[in-house]
Amino acid sequence: MVALLIVATVLAVLPLFLILGTLVVKGAGSINPDFFIRRPVPAGESGGGVVHAIVGTLMMVGTASAIGLPIGIGAGIFASEWPGTRLALITRFIADVMNGTPSIVVGVFAWTWIVARQGHFSGFAGSMALAVLMIPMVMRTTEEMIKLVPHSLREAALALGYARWQTSLSVVVRTCFPGIVTGVLLAVARVSGETAPLLFTALGSNYLSTDIRQPMAALPLVVYNYATGPYDDWHRLAWATALVLIFVVLILSLLTRLATRSRFDGPR
Amino acid sequence: MTDVTTSAPATPVARLQGAATGDRIFRIVLSLAALSIPILLGFLVWELIKGSRLAISTFGLDFLVTSTWDPVTGKFGALPLIFGTLLSSLIALIIAVPLSLGVAIFLTEFAPNAIRKPIAFVVELLAAIPSVVYGLWGIFFLVPVLTRTVFPFLRDTLGFLPFFRGTIYGPSMLSAGVILAIMVMPYIMSVAREVIATVPGSQREAALALGATRWEAAWTAVVPYAKSGIVGAIILGLGRALGETMAVTMLIGNRHEIATSLFAPGYTMAAAIANEFSEAATDMHFSALAYVALVLFSITVLANAGARLLIWRVSKGRPGGGAGL
Repeated sequence: MVALLIVATVLAVLPLFLILGTLVVKGAGSINPDFFIRRPVPAGESGGGVVHAIVGTLMMVGTASAIGLPIGIGAGIFASEWPGTRLALITRFIADVMNGTPSIVVGVFAWTWIVARQGHFSGFAGSMALAVLMIPMVMRTTEEMIKLVPHSLREAALALGYARWQTSLSVVVRTCFPGIVTGVLLAVARVSGETAPLLFTALGSNYLSTDIRQPMAALPLVVYNYATGPYDDWHRLAWATALVLIFVVLILSLLTRLATRSRFDGPR
Repeated sequence: MTDVTTSAPATPVARLQGAATGDRIFRIVLSLAALSIPILLGFLVWELIKGSRLAISTFGLDFLVTSTWDPVTGKFGALPLIFGTLLSSLIALIIAVPLSLGVAIFLTEFAPNAIRKPIAFVVELLAAIPSVVYGLWGIFFLVPVLTRTVFPFLRDTLGFLPFFRGTIYGPSMLSAGVILAIMVMPYIMSVAREVIATVPGSQREAALALGATRWEAAWTAVVPYAKSGIVGAIILGLGRALGETMAVTMLIGNRHEIATSLFAPGYTMAAAIANEFSEAATDMHFSALAYVALVLFSITVLANAGARLLIWRVSKGRPGGGAGL
C-alpha cells in the first residue's frame, strides 16, 4: 500500500515539472528585448512583442491594488483586533464565501455594474473586478498574520500606556508587517494571472494605451487570444507570455512561502 | 522626577481622552473597511439578480431543465451547461481525490521528515499557476498526449461502457476533467493534510499497540477520525472545479450538447459565460448568461459553505482551514 502512496505522490508532483518544462522549452526562445518593448505586428507577420499587455496589466493591477489593499488590510486588522464581534464573524465568513466565488462571476458583476452603465468596455471595469477578487484574499491573509503576533507584545504596549490604536499600528501591525506584505504580494500575483474577469470588462486591445477609461490589453488575455488563434507565431508569443507570467507568479509565491516560514515557522 | 511631570505635554486625563478619541476613530475607520465586504457581496448578488431578471421572468425554473440554447430565436435552457459543469467536476474529483488523499496520507504518516514540506510545497505551487496557462499547456501538450495514448487505451479496454465509445476528439469532456483534476489537487491535498495532522497521536498509538501495521493504523484509525474534514476538503476542491473557467473553456470543445461519450465535446456554465458574454447581441442573451452566472454562484456558495462547516467541525478552534489558498 505504501508503494501505491509513493506512486500517487510522484504522479501529483509530475504536472508541475511537466508544465514548467514545456513552458521553458517552447517559450524561452522567444524572450528577447523586442518581446518587452514592441507592440504586436499584424496577424500573419512574425516578430512583435507584448509591451501593450505589460503596461495594461501593470496599470490595472496597480489600480486594483490602490482600491483593494486599504479595504482588505483594514478589514483584516478589524477582524483580528475585535475577533469576537458580530461584524468580524460575518465579514470573515463572507470573505471565505467570496474567496470561493468563481472569478468569471465577478466579471459578470463588474460588467453589469460598470460596463453596462457606461456603455463601453474599459480598463477601469477590469480593475474593479480584480479589486473585488483581491479584497477578501488580502483580508484573510492580513488577519492570519496578525493572529501570529504573541499576545504578550500587545499587553506590554498597553501596559506602557499606549492607546489601543497606537498599539495596533505601531506594535502589532509593525511586528507582522513583512507577513502582511507577502500576503499582499501573493494576492497581487494571483490577480495578475486572472483572465476570466477581464474578458468582458477590459476586453483587450492591440494598441499601447495608458487611458484606463478605454479597453486595455493584459498579459493573461494575450495568452488566451494567441493560444486559441490560428497562427504559429501567435502560439509562440503565447508561450513566451505565459512563461513571463508564470515566472512572476511563481517568484512571488516562493518569496511569500520563504518569508512567512522563516519568520514564524507556524502554520503555512 | 519633577522634570518629567512638568515637561509632559498634557495631563494624564487629557491624554486618556485623546487616546479614547483616537481609538474611536480607529475603530470606526476599520469597521467601515470590514463592513464593505458584506456590502460588496450583497451588491454582487443584487447586480446578478438585476441582470438576470429578464431571463428569470421569461423562463423561470424551466431554464434549469431545458436544453435549447438559441440566441437567434431567444430561447435559452441551461441543462447542458449544468450537466457539463457537474460532469467535468465529477471526473476531476474521481481522478484527484485518490491522488491527493494518497499524497496527504503519505506526507503525514509515512514520509521522512526531510521531504514532507518540500513535496507539499511543490504540489501547492500548482495552485499558483494561472488558469489560462493550464489551458495553453492543455491545448498543446496534455490533449495531444492524451488523445495519442490514454484515450485509445480507455476505448480499447473499457469500450464496453457507453462513456468510452465513439470518435476521439481532442477537446472533450474528459480532457477538461483531467486538467481540472490537476488544478484542484493542491486544494484537496493541502486541506486534507492539515486535517489529518490534527488527529491526536493516541489514535495511531492505540492502533499500533493492537498490532496494526502502520498502513492499517493510518487507514483504520487516522483516516476515519478525520473523515468529515476530508469530506470538507473534497467539497472545497469541488467548489474550485465548478467555477474554473479558462482552462475548461480552452479544452472542453464548447458544444451545447449532452453526450454520453466522454470523448465528445461538452460545455460548462463558466465556459459559456466566458465565450458568449462579449459577443452577446440581444438583451435576452445577456440576461440568460447572467442567469447562468447566478446559478453558478449559488452552487459554489453552497459547496463552499458546506466545506467550511465540515472542516471547522473537525479542527475546532482553528476555523478557516486552508484560508490562505
